[in-house]
Amino acid sequence: MSDLKSVSLGVDLAGVHLKNPVMTASGTFGSGAEYSEFFDLGRLGAVVTKGVANVPWEGNAAPRIAETYGGMLNAVGLQNPGIDVFCERDLPFLGKFDTKIIVNVCGRTAGDYIDVVERLGDEHVDMLEINISCPNVKEGGIAFGQDAKAVEQITRDVKRHARQPVIMKLSPNVTDIGEMARAAESGGADCLSLINTLTGMQIDIKRRAFTLANRTGGLSGPAIKPVAVRMVYQVSHAVKIPVIGMGGIMCGDDAVEFLLAGASAVAVGTANFCDPLASVRTVDGIAQYLETYGFKDIHEIIGFVGD
Amino acid sequence: MNSKVIEDTEILEQIQLTGDVSSMWVQADEIAQSAGAGQFVSVYCNDKTRLLPRPISICETDRAKGRIRLVYRSVGKGTAEFAAMKAGGHLRMMGPLGNGFEIRSKSALLVGGGIGIPPLVELGRVMKERGVQVTTVCGYRDSEVFLTEELTANGRFCIATEDGSLGVRGNVIDAIRQEGLDGEVIYSCGPAPMLSALKSYALERGIPCYISMEERMACGIGACLGCVCKSHDVDSHSHVCNKRVCADGPVFLSTEVEL
Repeated sequence: MSDLKSVSLGVDLAGVHLKNPVMTASGTFGSGAEYSEFFDLGRLGAVVTKGVANVPWEGNAAPRIAETYGGMLNAVGLQNPGIDVFCERDLPFLGKFDTKIIVNVCGRTAGDYIDVVERLGDEHVDMLEINISCPNVKEGGIAFGQDAKAVEQITRDVKRHARQPVIMKLSPNVTDIGEMARAAESGGADCLSLINTLTGMQIDIKRRAFTLANRTGGLSGPAIKPVAVRMVYQVSHAVKIPVIGMGGIMCGDDAVEFLLAGASAVAVGTANFCDPLASVRTVDGIAQYLETYGFKDIHEIIGFVGD
Repeated sequence: MNSKVIEDTEILEQIQLTGDVSSMWVQADEIAQSAGAGQFVSVYCNDKTRLLPRPISICETDRAKGRIRLVYRSVGKGTAEFAAMKAGGHLRMMGPLGNGFEIRSKSALLVGGGIGIPPLVELGRVMKERGVQVTTVCGYRDSEVFLTEELTANGRFCIATEDGSLGVRGNVIDAIRQEGLDGEVIYSCGPAPMLSALKSYALERGIPCYISMEERMACGIGACLGCVCKSHDVDSHSHVCNKRVCADGPVFLSTEVEL
């Protein structure tokens, strides 16, 4: 299926133009190589890479995956090959496609984040997404994402060293996500993305033990979509910077919900596991929606519902 | 490197082999063309509340007719959904996935345990075609055995049962020792304790041992890093001591991985 040419899908995020508002959610798409066997990555607005740290990370013990009703838990723990391999192998590969490259950055300390951000300064990277919301690592990650002062500080630290626009990825595992969003905005964030996974747990009743080696994991998939839509609505009304919405998007219609709630762009995550073509089908689905309801431009529906 | 495809397959035959093991032949023209022994398919559930595809090893491939056979155990809601389907039903699959077995000897000892037995059928058949002398030993819980006719057709075949109701009482190692089974290379698939015992046995005998691993998977193609196993050395892709069961495996040399 080709893009419907009669509707305009392009969006701008902090001065970066995306041909359409659909990107991949970090951690579900690697650096794109595996999925490029199924479709042209150039059909996406952007590819968001799996989180990369200053040095290789082993991640958690297996089992790392558990299915739940309408969702899944993961506790991969940000396994990654480190920034050196990433720059030598993954970035040149992604550079071959006509899509924007957003690198997800993880770290245990502020210094770790800064190392990676500085290293990426001269690379062909369009935006940085700072992961302060992974529930599966003990240090760093979410430790920065659950306290407003810490969110503001890490945002400011990263911004001081970043050459590219900075997206702060927010955790839903907080009492007031609007407060975290405002903290990131005050720290100088150019953009926000949400939601990361919700902390969950599954117990195997046959073995009478935790299903995941890590005991807890991050819940994703359609089961979390209503929570994600609510939070995207809340955050997009709490800040002026653009919001990237994600959490359980399976198709174009799901993505449209996030756009109507106020997201300027969307990311497809768990759906990639249900169908490797889910992200491009989402692009087509959004175009189809606009055409069906007589809209000419995606901006006509962004934040359409309830002020 | 064979190419992965997503294919809508039609069930041609579905039969129950034991209380919880089923066999299904499906029309999968594209997958059948490139599937090799030891590879697997990711089978998507029709019930969309079950998001993740189920990795199931390929038991047999009929390339001429474009068909593959899956023999699987109903262990949860997804596999129970497959088992309840009848001929004429449709299942979406992605495959062939994983690396498969590399055939590199004149004689081979194939060792299977439980639901790890099915891929040995295709492996033994291909080996026999290529003139490899095949000996197969399989461990079952009890006398509810399956695939015995197919495995017997590939060469010498021995059974071990935990309760002693058929063949040698005990596990596959007991059967190998008691029956004096031998081969230049061991090829195995089964539960982790069995693979671990075989790894030790092969080291003791000084022969190479290939093992096919199992792990819970999400993407099935190497992107999500959900299904890793610990590797002995730093892996060339991950740059840590983890290998992806779905993409680097499921077949590994036993000395490459920690068991």
